[in-house]
Amino acid sequence: MSQIFQFFPKFVLEPRLEVSGKWVILSPIIAIILTLFSGVIIFSLLGKDPFLALYTFFVQPLTTMFGITELLVKATPLVLIGVGLAIGFKANVWNIGAEGQFTMGAVFGGGTALLCQHMESILVLPLVLVLGTLGGLFWGAIPAFLKTRFNANEILTSLMLSYVAVLCLSYLVHGPWRDPAGFNFPESQIFSDYAMLPILIENSRLNLGTMFAILVVLVAWILMTRTIIGFQLRVVGLAPTAAQYAGFKQSGLIWLSFLISGGLAGLAGIAEVSGTIGQLLPSVSPGYGFTAIIVAFLGRLHPVGVLFAGLIMALSYIGGENAQIEIGLPAAVTGLFQGILLFFLLACDVLVRYRFSHRSVLTGERCE
Amino acid sequence: MDLLPVALTIITASTPLLLAATGELVTEKAGVLNLGVEGMMLVGAIAAFAAAVSTGSGLIAILVGAFSGVAVAAIFAVLTLTCLANQVATGLALTIFGVGLSALVGSNFVGISLEPLPQLNIGVLSTIPILGDLLFGHDVLVYLSFLMILLVGYFLSKTRSGLILRAVGESHDSAHALGYSVLTVRYLAVLFGGFMSGLAGSYLSLVYTPLWAENMTAGRGWIALALVVFGTWRAGRIAFGAYLFGAITILQLHVQGWGINIASQFMTMLPYLATVIVLVFISSDKMKIRINAPQSIGKVFYPPR
Amino acid sequence: MRIKSFLREILAVFTIATISCVGVANAETKVGFVYVGPIGDHGWTYRHNVGRLAVEKALGTQVKTTFVESVKEGPDSERVIRQLASTGHKVIYTTSFGFMNPTLKVAKKFPNVRFEHATGYKQSKNVGTYSARFYEGRYIAGVIAGKVSKTNKIGYVASFPIPEVVRGINAFLLGARSVNPEMTISVVWVNSWYDPGKEGDAAKALIDQGADIISQHTDSPAPLQVAENRGVKGFGQASDMIKFAPKAQLSAIVNNWDNYYVERTKAAIDGSWKSQDVWYGLKEGMVKMAPYTNMPDDVQALAKKTEDAIRNGELHPFSGPIKDQTGKIVVEAGKVADAGMLLGMNFYVEGVQGSLPK
Repeated sequence: MSQIFQFFPKFVLEPRLEVSGKWVILSPIIAIILTLFSGVIIFSLLGKDPFLALYTFFVQPLTTMFGITELLVKATPLVLIGVGLAIGFKANVWNIGAEGQFTMGAVFGGGTALLCQHMESILVLPLVLVLGTLGGLFWGAIPAFLKTRFNANEILTSLMLSYVAVLCLSYLVHGPWRDPAGFNFPESQIFSDYAMLPILIENSRLNLGTMFAILVVLVAWILMTRTIIGFQLRVVGLAPTAAQYAGFKQSGLIWLSFLISGGLAGLAGIAEVSGTIGQLLPSVSPGYGFTAIIVAFLGRLHPVGVLFAGLIMALSYIGGENAQIEIGLPAAVTGLFQGILLFFLLACDVLVRYRFSHRSVLTGERCE
Repeated sequence: MDLLPVALTIITASTPLLLAATGELVTEKAGVLNLGVEGMMLVGAIAAFAAAVSTGSGLIAILVGAFSGVAVAAIFAVLTLTCLANQVATGLALTIFGVGLSALVGSNFVGISLEPLPQLNIGVLSTIPILGDLLFGHDVLVYLSFLMILLVGYFLSKTRSGLILRAVGESHDSAHALGYSVLTVRYLAVLFGGFMSGLAGSYLSLVYTPLWAENMTAGRGWIALALVVFGTWRAGRIAFGAYLFGAITILQLHVQGWGINIASQFMTMLPYLATVIVLVFISSDKMKIRINAPQSIGKVFYPPR
Repeated sequence: MRIKSFLREILAVFTIATISCVGVANAETKVGFVYVGPIGDHGWTYRHNVGRLAVEKALGTQVKTTFVESVKEGPDSERVIRQLASTGHKVIYTTSFGFMNPTLKVAKKFPNVRFEHATGYKQSKNVGTYSARFYEGRYIAGVIAGKVSKTNKIGYVASFPIPEVVRGINAFLLGARSVNPEMTISVVWVNSWYDPGKEGDAAKALIDQGADIISQHTDSPAPLQVAENRGVKGFGQASDMIKFAPKAQLSAIVNNWDNYYVERTKAAIDGSWKSQDVWYGLKEGMVKMAPYTNMPDDVQALAKKTEDAIRNGELHPFSGPIKDQTGKIVVEAGKVADAGMLLGMNFYVEGVQGSLPK
């Protein structure tokens, strides 16, 4: 039965000794060409002008100032969360529950904003941001605690706690935190201006949150490449046993990963609420916590890579909306297309770390 | 209150979880983490529904559903095993893809009704009071879910092929050194995972709620994934987990129906919290977890020189 | 100001024309719809989309409609609405409560675009609101249930504890008690508008607890399918769901946005559009009842009579005396509930099991 696949990997991939600089640039280009190519096929099959479709998907959103600011607004939470997750994933700590930490950031920060509704002080905003971050941090601390103390698998606990967090927010907004003047509809009051992140460009939604994201990318970059902690995180991820011999405490790194990723997800949550939404709603995230997992890997777990991946991902969402508006492409197609884009990006990414060589998998002999 | 119908409801609620988790167990035991269960289930659901509508045959529908799951799993397999793409990200992308694909195909099937699969009537057995209904009054997929988890449990622990599969998941380098084809084993394991997810999806659109609606899995694929971890990669515990989750989901609905004064959001949380709490108890025995968790899960395999 | 917006329109038209390479020179009016769910949900969004198609059919080449589906309430909605406004759409229907504040925000920036927001309570010069008195239909359903039920127990599969849903539950029970004072309602919240499996499970749980009438305020036909399977009766939601339950569906409360969308779009085209706040019911045809089926003739006659009475204003479902769960009279005899109470309803009437989150 092992013969079945013999013909298949005639060319096999083998790891490069070092990441190839040439392919770092080339692989996304190949991926995009392949995506465009398959886009042409799909859109033609659906009876749409394929070039117009691709234009509305990828270019048109960038032709207006508003489009660009919205791209940044959409990418901000993805990048903030993605950077945090990437740090954890490097250390093999699997935080799948950023959605919950994001939500808890919104709950804690938003709750603070509602409490301070009548305080006219410039201190309100920092307080809101800090408590939001702490909210995410706290929600991330629970799986860390369960992992280090009870050895409970963090994939399961963090995922399950996401559902719990979303239901908590739902309860608060349907119950105690309803706008008293809102006819019992499930929405909080609109935050006072003192709790809102300042807008950077007038007539847009671009706010200070985006600056946080850029700052976080820079800090994380320095952390991962220039500090001992970053080194430890990377070593643990690459060779856990070696790390143990070297005396790195695994539990410490689990805590660190969860606190960083939880805190950043929390910051993303409160930045979204006090930056773009301006009030608490029953649901504040269209799945950012899960999308950010893709962003983290698409960015090769590197802070700068995450920045680019976040932008690409955001563009694919905004492009999808745009394609619905401009050419009536159903949302299902945009999802399908987004999936294909990701498949190609992920598959081509391999060329950065591996190269083709001729040999048979089964025998291991080189046929070059 | 009569407990029998409650038990029957629990079985229906647990079956899709068990089916999908069984497949993912095999996939993960071979060392591959496929987070695309939700997407594969959706594709299975629409394919089975479409087949049932156009052919009228339950059996064909189930097969079409299952093999559509295999087809999308094959995309994942090629990307992660041959192209060595990251498994976590590819799995998530597979879900996005599956949601889109199923919605696109399904747009013509919205609002169509379907007769549910007939219940198996095993002769006189089905007429035994209570026991007859409880044990013998189900559709074929419920029995299949039990059969499959038993077979998979047996396969993994007692057979030579199962041993090879576990070896591949444990240490692909050693397995390769011993002369086993890591890729072949993993391909088959991933495709089996797709098969079972496809079955789970078919169950949703043919039996559970015989209709098609976009995103009708509503997160069940994620629960199935969590159950594999919850069950510490052991068949028996996974079955227990699926039924625990199903039971709490159903019982909280009953408690609400009695008119209890607790906000419904907290009741809806119960299954999630319960799984976490039970996992904490199960996990305290560190050795057991370490024995069962496949060590090279999610890691990329390339044959060494 | 006028010149500025005129320039903006020219610019918008120009952009579209260059981008899509299709002239928009003829006088076709672009109409946008923002949906919260997929058009394939066979529930809330599905019905709005049927309304959109009605606009296309009625106004033909005069209009070009656009829709964006599955727009999540939250950060995305404002962008989508603004995107529609800035690409030359003259009327924009935002069809979910959660789009209220984003709609108002965008409307401020686009004074020449008309916005219609469903189920909200905030209006402005260019934002009108519309909603349907579904509770009228639920009252009729209650009357039927009160006559048909043998166990005197109604099972209600509910989504989220918001006034709209609470109002529906109360109206249903008031209707049922108007013909049978023994009726009670058990409510199960599934915390989702849309999870067929769970909705079905909730219906099963309610039937197992003795309910022989199932009503739902969630989107999928699953609860009705369960009713069919278990041999009890139920009501369709949003659409006529008789296909899913030929033996079980007594009737269905149908959301009918068609006329409203056609009428308002016409008004926008001929310039007579003005912001308004409407709450239409059976009388205006925004709420319709599917054929009364699977019930004895006398019940059918009673249902029709009730429907007529509501339609011509002889009967208001929330007529006093109405007691809340604690037995306190909330609407006195001879009066009807005022608009504020109806809009923000946050109490159960006597006979509903369980309690609402405060």
